[in-house]
Amino acid sequence: MAENPITAGLTAAQLRNRRRRNVAIGLSIAFLAALFYAITIVKLGPNALQAVP
Amino acid sequence: MRSARFCKVLLMSIVGQDTSSLEAVDLGFEAGPREYISLLKPRVMSLVVLTALAGMLCAPHSIHPVIGFASLAAISVGAGAAGALNMWWDADIDMLMARTRLRAIPSGRVSPDEALSFGLILSFFAVLTLAAAANLLAAGLLAFTIFFYAVIYTMWLKRSTPQNIVIGGAAGALPPVVGYAAASGSVTLDSLLLFAIIFMWTPPHFWALALVKSRDYERAGVPMMPNVKGPSRTRLEILLYTLVLAPLGVAPWFTGMGGGLYAAAAIVGGAGMIVLAGRVYRIREGSAANKAAMQLFGYSIVYLFLLMALLVAEHGLGLIDRWGL
Repeated sequence: MAENPITAGLTAAQLRNRRRRNVAIGLSIAFLAALFYAITIVKLGPNALQAVP
Repeated sequence: MRSARFCKVLLMSIVGQDTSSLEAVDLGFEAGPREYISLLKPRVMSLVVLTALAGMLCAPHSIHPVIGFASLAAISVGAGAAGALNMWWDADIDMLMARTRLRAIPSGRVSPDEALSFGLILSFFAVLTLAAAANLLAAGLLAFTIFFYAVIYTMWLKRSTPQNIVIGGAAGALPPVVGYAAASGSVTLDSLLLFAIIFMWTPPHFWALALVKSRDYERAGVPMMPNVKGPSRTRLEILLYTLVLAPLGVAPWFTGMGGGLYAAAAIVGGAGMIVLAGRVYRIREGSAANKAAMQLFGYSIVYLFLLMALLVAEHGLGLIDRWGL
């Protein structure tokens, strides 16, 4: 089986660190998305769901 | 790596700094999340969170908890990003000082390129988030704080004048102003008072450490006050700044921003600062001198932490309104 060119030459510790870093980046992006969602809801306020007369 | 080094050499040439030590910085790669978190200077961030929260709660307008949380997160990440940019720029001198030698970049665990990208990306998102959550004034102030710390202090003042931490202290003093602006959309005398307290606190705090670590700074070529003007002048300036700081610390009580509990802590805490600064001024030789300086350094952290925590408690828990504290 051919070696993955992206991970070629990396030690087990380096691969582990890369995985952890990717998880941390993913969680940070998810947190940012949730934060912007919450900010949007708060900024819209309770009047957002009322129909325009 | 190459682009980061080119960028740094170019900027250092512009501000007239020696670039020869840059070759000593090692390559780093595949660091874990912990290394990146260490670039944010978490201990400094914790004080920034507290001072920004104090500013936010001292504002006359109440802030929605979600907006407050988002603003606080943005301010703390912005401060951390400035710390990462500082570590990127200072990697060459960090590796010459015992206190900073083991930081992520000088020890080769994170490459300068990665640290630069990390700092810039976080700065961008921190300012963007604050603009979306709070207002443009707060976002602009945060952007200015990051710029002031990373460019004015780190790239220019730190290696060129013994007044580096005095002027650069403005960056550390701005978070409560940013927090106040996030809640109220304005900058007032009250928020500037919080700025002034932290601004006056910075010189005695850092110079106390610089007195003990002066050889480290000398080896790295950083012109701290004890190396340039001498320990005697530094001790005098520590005392003078402390004599201004102690009454300034009580001032929020006079303006109504701090309650009775705050006033008592500011008076007793300020007196403690003066006593310890007086000891640093008097005891000039041997290990006792170093001990006195480190006592002032440690106490100054507790002092500022206590003042800001009491402002948070009095406003956040409504102590002033409920019991007149």
